[in-house]
Amino acid sequence: MSMSSRFSRVRRGALAIAAAAWCIGGVAQAAAPESNDPIKIALFDWTSVNLNAKILGGILEKLGYTVEYPTADYLSSLTTGLTNGDLAVAMEFWDTTAGEAMKASDATGQTENLGPLGPKAKEEWWYPLYMKDKCPGLPNWEALKDPKCAEAFSTPETAPNGRYVGGPVTWEGYDDERVVSLGLPFTVIHAGTDAAMFAELDSAYQRQAPIMLWVYSPHWAPAKYKGEWVQFPEYSAECYNDPKVGVNPDAKYDCGKPHGDIWKYAWGGMKEKWPVAHKVAKAYTIDTDVLNAMSGQIDLDGKAPEDVAAEWIAANEATWKKWAE
Amino acid sequence: MTIATDLGARPSRPLPFWPMVWAAALAAVMVLALLGDRFPALIDYPAAAVVPLTDWVSAIMAWLKANITWLTRSITAILGVPLDFALSLFAKNFKIGAGPEAIVLPRLSWVGIVVAAFLAGRAFGGWKLGALVGGCFLYIALFGKWTSAMLTLGLISIAVPFCIVTGLLIGIWAWRKPWAEKLIVSPSLDLMQTIPTFAYLIPMLILFGNSPVSAMIATAIFAMPPMVRATMLGLSRVPSEIGDFSEMAGCTARQKLWRVLLPSARPTLMVGVNQVIMLALNMVIIASMIGAGGLGYDVLLALRALKVGEAMEAGLAIVALAIALDRLSQAMARRQARGHVHGDAEAGPFWKRYPNLSLALVVLAATTIAGLFIPAFADVPKAITMTTAPAWKAGVSWITINLFDVIEAVRVALILYVLNPVRAFCEGFPWLGAVFLLGLAAFQLGGARLAILVAALTAYCAVTGLWEKTMATVYLVGISAFISCLIGIPIGLWASRSDRVEKIVTPIIDTLQVLPSFCFIIPVVMLFRVGDVTAMIATVAFAVVPAIRYTNHGLRQVPPALMEAAVVSGCTKRQTFFRVQLPLALPEIMLGINQTILMALSMIIICAMIGTRDLGQEVFIALSKADAGRGIVAGLAIAFIGIIADRLFGAWTAKARGKLG
Repeated sequence: MSMSSRFSRVRRGALAIAAAAWCIGGVAQAAAPESNDPIKIALFDWTSVNLNAKILGGILEKLGYTVEYPTADYLSSLTTGLTNGDLAVAMEFWDTTAGEAMKASDATGQTENLGPLGPKAKEEWWYPLYMKDKCPGLPNWEALKDPKCAEAFSTPETAPNGRYVGGPVTWEGYDDERVVSLGLPFTVIHAGTDAAMFAELDSAYQRQAPIMLWVYSPHWAPAKYKGEWVQFPEYSAECYNDPKVGVNPDAKYDCGKPHGDIWKYAWGGMKEKWPVAHKVAKAYTIDTDVLNAMSGQIDLDGKAPEDVAAEWIAANEATWKKWAE
Repeated sequence: MTIATDLGARPSRPLPFWPMVWAAALAAVMVLALLGDRFPALIDYPAAAVVPLTDWVSAIMAWLKANITWLTRSITAILGVPLDFALSLFAKNFKIGAGPEAIVLPRLSWVGIVVAAFLAGRAFGGWKLGALVGGCFLYIALFGKWTSAMLTLGLISIAVPFCIVTGLLIGIWAWRKPWAEKLIVSPSLDLMQTIPTFAYLIPMLILFGNSPVSAMIATAIFAMPPMVRATMLGLSRVPSEIGDFSEMAGCTARQKLWRVLLPSARPTLMVGVNQVIMLALNMVIIASMIGAGGLGYDVLLALRALKVGEAMEAGLAIVALAIALDRLSQAMARRQARGHVHGDAEAGPFWKRYPNLSLALVVLAATTIAGLFIPAFADVPKAITMTTAPAWKAGVSWITINLFDVIEAVRVALILYVLNPVRAFCEGFPWLGAVFLLGLAAFQLGGARLAILVAALTAYCAVTGLWEKTMATVYLVGISAFISCLIGIPIGLWASRSDRVEKIVTPIIDTLQVLPSFCFIIPVVMLFRVGDVTAMIATVAFAVVPAIRYTNHGLRQVPPALMEAAVVSGCTKRQTFFRVQLPLALPEIMLGINQTILMALSMIIICAMIGTRDLGQEVFIALSKADAGRGIVAGLAIAFIGIIADRLFGAWTAKARGKLG
C-alpha cells in the first residue's frame, strides 16, 4: 500500500529525528523546498500512470517536498482539478484518447503542458494470433473485406458481419466512420469502459474464441496476450479531415488510427510555487520498454507500485539528480 | 397499461367508462404512430425545437465558478478540518510540519480498532454481536484492506454525523412549516434520491475541488434524504397526548421539541440513521472518483487491470464494513428504544459507568503507543494477511471455459427474441403519445394535478432533445424491473413461508445490496459480452433485492388473527392465500415493485460502463468531458423517469389501500 510504505518511513523519522536530519544532508542538493504545501500528483485508474506518479512523487520527496496522491478522473481533471491547483501534476494524457480534452484544457490558459512522457501511444484494431488461421490474409486490413473472414469474427446477432469491440464513445476512435469508409463488413460495438473491453478479450482468449477489438499500448494486454495489430493505411491528419485523401475518395477516416505522444500536464501555478519540482516534472521522461516491464511487474507479478517505483528511483539516481539541477 | 385499466375500473363497475377511454386513447396513439411516417416530428421530437437547456445550465455553472467559488472553497476548508482529522486518525497518521523533519503522530493501531469494535458490539448486543463486529474488522485486516477500509471509515465517520445533524434540522423545519415541506423539501428529496450522483460530480469538482471534501458532500447529498424523511415521519407519529402533556408540564416550545418530541421519535430516527450509513457506503466507489480514495478506489483499480479476485475482495471488505456498522447501529436503535435504566448508570466514576468505552479507550491508547515500537501493532503485518483472489479468478475462468456455450445460446435467444423487439418498440414510441398516455393514467389514478405533473415531466425528456435516449432507458429499466419482479416475488413468497429459506435469502440479498455493482459487472461481461444482456443481468442482480424483501415482509406482516379467521370460516389453504393473505399484502408488494424500478433506474449509470446507449451513457460522457450542463440535463431526465414511476405507483398503491379499507 502506498500509505504504509510512506508511513513506516515517516514514523522512523518521528522516532529518530537525527536520522531524518542525516537524510536531508545526504540527499538534498536543491534548495530547501520553496513551499511546504503538498504537491498533489493525480492518480487515475490504470497502472502506468500511477507508477509514473509514484516515481515522480518519490523523487520529489527525496528532494524534500511533501507529496500527496489524490485520486481523480482522467479526462475531466484536465478542465477541473488541474486548472485551479487541486491537482498539481498529472502524468499521462494520451494524444489518442484525450486530444479534445487537452485542447479544451489549453484553451483555459490555466494549465501547462509539460511535454511528452516518452513512450509513444499506439492503438489499433487488434486480434489474437490464433485468428490468423481463420483469416489468413491478416494483418493486412483488406483481408477483413472478405465476407468469410468477417464471418469468422461474427456472433449470431451481428452475422454475417464481423463484431468489433470498440472503446468508449468518448475516446475519439471514429470506428463507425472507418467501417463505412473502408467498406468493412463489421458491426462496431462500443464498450463503455476499457475494463469491459479487456474482460471480453480475456474471456475470448481463454476459450480461443474469435475476437477483434481496440487495443492500445503501452498496456499490459499486448504483453499478456499474443496477437497483432491490423495494418490499416497509414494515418495522416488530411485523411481525417479531407475526404479526397486516402483509399476512399468520398469519405474521411479511411485510414488507421493516429499514433501519438503521451503528455504530462501541470497546474499553471506550479512553476512559481515549486520551481525545482516543476523543473523535475518537466524533465521527467521514461523509456517505453522500461515502463512496460515495470507495468508487467505490477499487473502480472503482483508487486506494489511503490516498491517498483522505489527500485527505479534507487537505480536511476544519477538520471533524476540531473533533472533537478 | 391494461393492468391499470382493470384495477382502476373495478370501483366504478357499472360504468365501462375507463376501458372505453383507454381503448380510444390507444387507438389515437396507434394512429399517431402510423402517421409518423409522414410527420416524423410526431415520433421524434424535432431537433430544431429542442430547448437548449444544456447551454443554460453550463452558463450558470460558469457564472457560479467565477463568482461563488470563494464561498464554496471556504466551505471546503472548514469541512476539511474534521475530515482531515478523521482520515489522519484512522488511516493517514498526523503530520505536523513538512518534509523529512516533520513530527508524526501515529494513527490508531489496527489491533486497538478491532478490539474497540468488538467492545462496541458487546456493549450494545452482547458477546454475539461483539464477535460479529470485531470479526468483520478482523476480516478487513487479514485480507490486507486495512488502510483503504480506514480511509473509507474515516470519510463515513464524518459524513454520517454531518448527514444526521443536517437531516434532523431540515426535517424539523419541514415538520414545523408545512409549506416548506411541500414546496422545497419534498421535491428536493425526490431529486436528491433519483438524480444519479454522476450527474453532479462535475459541479462538485468545480465548486469544492478534487478532494475528500467533495466526496463527502456528494455522499451527503445522496445519503441524507432518509434522515430528513425519518425525522418528519417520526415527529408526526409522536402521539399528540405526549405533546399536550409536555405543554401542560410547562415546557417551552424548544424544550418540547428537544426534550420530549425528539426522544419519543427516537426509534424512527434511528432507522433513518441506519439508512444513512448504508447509503453512504453505497457511495464509496463514486466518491473515490473525486478524490476520496479508499476501498472504492481499490475496486476501480483492480477492475481496470481485470483483477476480478482483488476487486471482489475489496468489494467484500465494503460489505464487511457495512454489516458491522449496520448491525451495530440497529442494536443501538433497539437499545435506545428500550430506554435508559436510570439509577445504576448515574453513579460512580467514568470507568465504572462506561466499562466498555473505558476499556476500548485504554486498549486504543495502549496499542497505538505500542505501535511506535512494535511495527506489527501499527501496520497489519504482511505475513498474516491472506487472499482469496486466485480462487475467484479461477472460478470465473472455469465458468468462462466450460459454460460459455450454454450461456451464449441463452444470451443470443434473449437478444434476438426479447430485448431487440422491446427495444425497437420503445424507441419507435411517439413522444406525443407517451405524454398523452402517461398523463391519462395519472389522471385516472390521482387526478388532474398528478396528470399535469406527469405530462410535464415526460415532455421535459422530449423537449430537451433526449427522447430516443429516454426511451432506451425506459426499455432497459422496464425489462430489468419486470424480470426482477418475476424472480424476486416468488422468492419472497417462498421466504415468507419458511423461516429456513428466509435465513438463507436474507444474507444473500444484504450482500447484493451493499456489494458494489462494479465488482460483478466485469465478470458478467466475461460471460455475456458487452451489450444489453450484461446490462440487464447486472441491473436485475441489484434490483431484485427490494422485490424479495418487500414481498417477504408484506406477506409476513398479515395479522395471524385474520389468517386464522379465514381457516376457521372454512377456507382451503389456497383460498386463504389468494383471498386473504395476498390482497392484504398487496400494497407492500407494490411498494416493493416501485422500489425495484427505482433501483433499476439507479443502475443505468453503472450500465453505461459496459456500453449502453441511453441516458446513463449521456451522463457518463458528460462526466468525461467535464460538461456540467449536459450531465445535469440528462441526470434530471433520469430523475424524472423515476419520479413519474414513483408517483404513478404511489397513486395506484393508495387506491389499492383505499379499497382494502
